[in-house]
Amino acid sequence: MNRQPKNYLNPYLAGVLLGVVLTASFLVFGHGLGASGGVALLTGVAQSALLPAHAERNPYLVNLVVSPERPLDNWTVFEVLGVLLGGLASGWLSGRVRVETFRGPHVSARARWGYAFVGGGIAGFGVRLARGCTSSQALSGGAVLSAGSWAFMFAVFGGAYLLAYFVRRLWI
Amino acid sequence: MFPLSIESLGSAAVNGLYVLTGFLFGFALEQAGFGNSRNLASQFYLTDMRVLKVMFSAIVTAMLLLFGLEVAGLVRPGALYINPTHLWPGIVGGVIFGVGFVIGGYCPGTAVVSLSTLKLDGAFFVLGLTVGMVAFGETLPLFRGFFDASGALGEVTLNQALGLPRGVLVVLIVLMALGMFWVAERLEGRYGKRGSESC
Repeated sequence: MNRQPKNYLNPYLAGVLLGVVLTASFLVFGHGLGASGGVALLTGVAQSALLPAHAERNPYLVNLVVSPERPLDNWTVFEVLGVLLGGLASGWLSGRVRVETFRGPHVSARARWGYAFVGGGIAGFGVRLARGCTSSQALSGGAVLSAGSWAFMFAVFGGAYLLAYFVRRLWI
Repeated sequence: MFPLSIESLGSAAVNGLYVLTGFLFGFALEQAGFGNSRNLASQFYLTDMRVLKVMFSAIVTAMLLLFGLEVAGLVRPGALYINPTHLWPGIVGGVIFGVGFVIGGYCPGTAVVSLSTLKLDGAFFVLGLTVGMVAFGETLPLFRGFFDASGALGEVTLNQALGLPRGVLVVLIVLMALGMFWVAERLEGRYGKRGSESC
């Protein structure tokens, strides 16, 4: 079982494959890919299950999960489920499924979990404010030349490059 | 004619197609190395420009294929979803997202892929995502006007915004991508650690 992980795919080839999947999504469904939408729906459903009275008074949750009759019967939920399965299949075929923590050379695993959690929290807020993530905005909107998606994409790179220097000890 | 009329298949089959699409999406992301936060963060330290290469190869591929099919008359005009532009929430949200990206090492899709291969940093990022989304929903009333109306331009495309014919913009984006790939290779040659696989 101690297999050596295979190398990652050539990035240009991986990008072309991703582009073909993205194109297929547009041709079959009329829209592109998404990842954050499914996470947001699952989160909203969990929150309203835990705090039903609060959810009824929160306009965001009413719109997302209270008004729809079956909120989880939504394409974004099925797609994110598929992403989970596809990632697992690919990782398994390439010998990369194992419990581990990716981190910079100067960060403990425990600290890395904290930074991943905080970074995820900031990203989660930003994703909802921007109405989408790298998949649904940058890739999908980018391919059909949405003006807002291109602005979003450059803002993401801008924000990350601006902060990168100050958090360099996390990674290098 | 694209997009296909899949409603007639029934909702179970359509949901199955979405799972399949997600599967291929997740598979491609994992093969690209995007289940590993080090491969993603390295973009911002110029040591491995994989993020830029994969993203722009994907965008250019899909852009060219969709443009070609539309020119050939195989796509119903106006049938493809174009993300409506909410300029300022998109830019502010994008900057916030970029900050979270470089601190946390993932974006939502790649974090899910990382989680699927049992990476604990990916799992904590996903957990953080849910908390950030709850925080957004709880605070939205404070900036509702900004979110709904600021820079709300509708389904405007980049070629419309720049006043260019679409074909010209497509060529310009291809050239820009090729230029960025060339720069990325040079930067990796200078700052990268070729041959040393991060772990």
